[in-house]
Amino acid sequence: MTDDVRLSRYRQMVRIRTFEAAVLREYHADKTPAWDIGAGQIPGEMHLAAGQEPVAVGICEHLRPDDAITGPHRPHHLAIAHGIDIDKMMAEIFGRSTGLCKGKGGHMHLFDPETHFSCSGIIAEGYPVSCGQAMAFKREGRGRVSVAVAGEGAANQGAFHESLNLAALWNLPVVFVIEDNDWAISVPRSASTSVASNADRAAAYGIPGVRVEGNDVDAISEVAGEAIERARSGQGPSLLEVHTVRLWGHFEGDAQAYRGAELEALDERDPIPAYAERLKTAGVLTDADVTSIAEEMSSEIEAAIEFAKSSPEPAGSDALDHVFA
Amino acid sequence: MTDTATSTGTSTRRLSTAKAISEAIAQEMRRDDSVFVMGEDVGAYGGIFGATGDLLGEFGPERIIDTPISETAFIGAGIGAATEGMRPIVELMFVDFFGVCMDQIYNHMAKIHYESGGGVNVPMVLMASAGGGYSDAAQHSQCLWGTFAHLPGLKVVVPSNPYDAKGLMISAIRDDGPVLYLFHKGIMGLVWMAKNRRSVDVVPEEAYTVPIGEAKVAREGTDLSIVTLSLSVHHALDAAEQLAADGASAEVVDLRSLVPLDRQAVLESVGKTGRLLVVDEDYRSFGLTGEIAAIVAETDPTMLEAPVARLAVPDTPIPYARPLERFVLPTTDKIVAEAKRLLA
Repeated sequence: MTDDVRLSRYRQMVRIRTFEAAVLREYHADKTPAWDIGAGQIPGEMHLAAGQEPVAVGICEHLRPDDAITGPHRPHHLAIAHGIDIDKMMAEIFGRSTGLCKGKGGHMHLFDPETHFSCSGIIAEGYPVSCGQAMAFKREGRGRVSVAVAGEGAANQGAFHESLNLAALWNLPVVFVIEDNDWAISVPRSASTSVASNADRAAAYGIPGVRVEGNDVDAISEVAGEAIERARSGQGPSLLEVHTVRLWGHFEGDAQAYRGAELEALDERDPIPAYAERLKTAGVLTDADVTSIAEEMSSEIEAAIEFAKSSPEPAGSDALDHVFA
Repeated sequence: MTDTATSTGTSTRRLSTAKAISEAIAQEMRRDDSVFVMGEDVGAYGGIFGATGDLLGEFGPERIIDTPISETAFIGAGIGAATEGMRPIVELMFVDFFGVCMDQIYNHMAKIHYESGGGVNVPMVLMASAGGGYSDAAQHSQCLWGTFAHLPGLKVVVPSNPYDAKGLMISAIRDDGPVLYLFHKGIMGLVWMAKNRRSVDVVPEEAYTVPIGEAKVAREGTDLSIVTLSLSVHHALDAAEQLAADGASAEVVDLRSLVPLDRQAVLESVGKTGRLLVVDEDYRSFGLTGEIAAIVAETDPTMLEAPVARLAVPDTPIPYARPLERFVLPTTDKIVAEAKRLLA
């Protein structure tokens, strides 16, 4: 792994975190004094992915622009890592007519035909769709792959198991990824999941399953690269579980009382400062680089915020469009 | 009529509805490599109700794909394939089975185009059998088209005869959005089930389309409009013959699709006859019969010379025993009785 690759991973993780932090700020900016989830410039539920950047970056660096990736209700990190237009995504989150989906989707329903990015707010239901994308790619024969990502809560859904069986049965070029952030909203995996590692479940479908501990982008990238290459070369699907961390609430407004003492030590589990330290020790990154990358990303994301805020809202009657093709 | 078939006058070839559907699929598969079929028992078996009969031999298992009993996975896979440029035809064996896969149908297949602001198309046909009348009881006899028609984003096509079945299937395959294509088992012309006499009929050999969203007047009349669809069209036509013998002229409107709904056809017929009987094999409340009544009520209730009458399943599950099932289903006898009551 070259220094450039590691620097690129760092930059991409910072880009994602800067995006999420900016959304966090704008989301809460005008929900006071009485906090109302439906009020303000960004209304509705907001699920941010701070802490999970290594998963998105470790996977997406192996994807071609014409590969597909499907995310869950917490999708921003995956979308950014796969190269979605950040201005359009931000405008969609602000519900503007310049948004990726013209204001019809919102942050849980982002679709980008250019990067073949999509997501679904229904737990595990992106997995079957990803199988179908893989079917189309296999038939096309150009080596494209699809990646389906959801949280560890999704691994107890029927859609997950049906999809693994179907993909294995038909040798589809798909990689199933589970982001294990320990919590399905407030339910810990110890209360939801019968096995210590969801990767063990791959054996039930005769496909490789690997669990990666440590939330380390380098380690994730290595395993994801193998799984994606395996799919691309026609050797079929794989299952990859990554133990990651949800640094913030399930959604904004989640007081997280259920996390108890874990909350106090969360900062220590932030993967980005840890990665920066490692790169500094290796002589790949300097303090000056950290500052300049932060400034560069901030400038990029603030421009996206400005683009979103200066974009028009859709006309109410636009709601009637696009029901049918 | 804007059907694209040339006159059926010279063609005398007769097909069952099942064969008409599979011929439509075959012709589209020859024309368009992106079309493929998947579902349970669609290959060697040819579909439990014959809609994919004889396709495996010509197109092979790469395009006529038997699936595991895994509706969420394979309907979802159809959606994903459709978003990447394929045109899947996916069979859900019985529409009653939607309970195990409804999220893919209504949260994904029906909504992706809208959620994406028109950016992503889902050109997919989901076909399923529907309906009862042969003692298959509560989990294998429902129509449920009203349930799907209630949810935005799906076209819902319900043919009643071989000619329409072929033309509507071709239209459904060529549609750039998702189409739910529901065939009643009683219209298919199956050799192993009692069938109406019109379930085998003249079907042109060439490919043609029947536009989705246009009702058809199946029989013209002046005294009463019977608005219905699918197998009930045949009960209504049989009833109209009996009524004619008694000197009453019933018009039968075959809706052919619920979404889009041909509201104008309903208004034109009721405007002419002044009396409306809506017949539906789906559940009575919160469904098609109420919707048709609302069209007239919202437009011009004064066109009615009598209150609207509705004949539908009386909000019970479909029971098993023959007398019980006959009691709840709309039949020719009940249509005649309701019509006579309206005309009295």
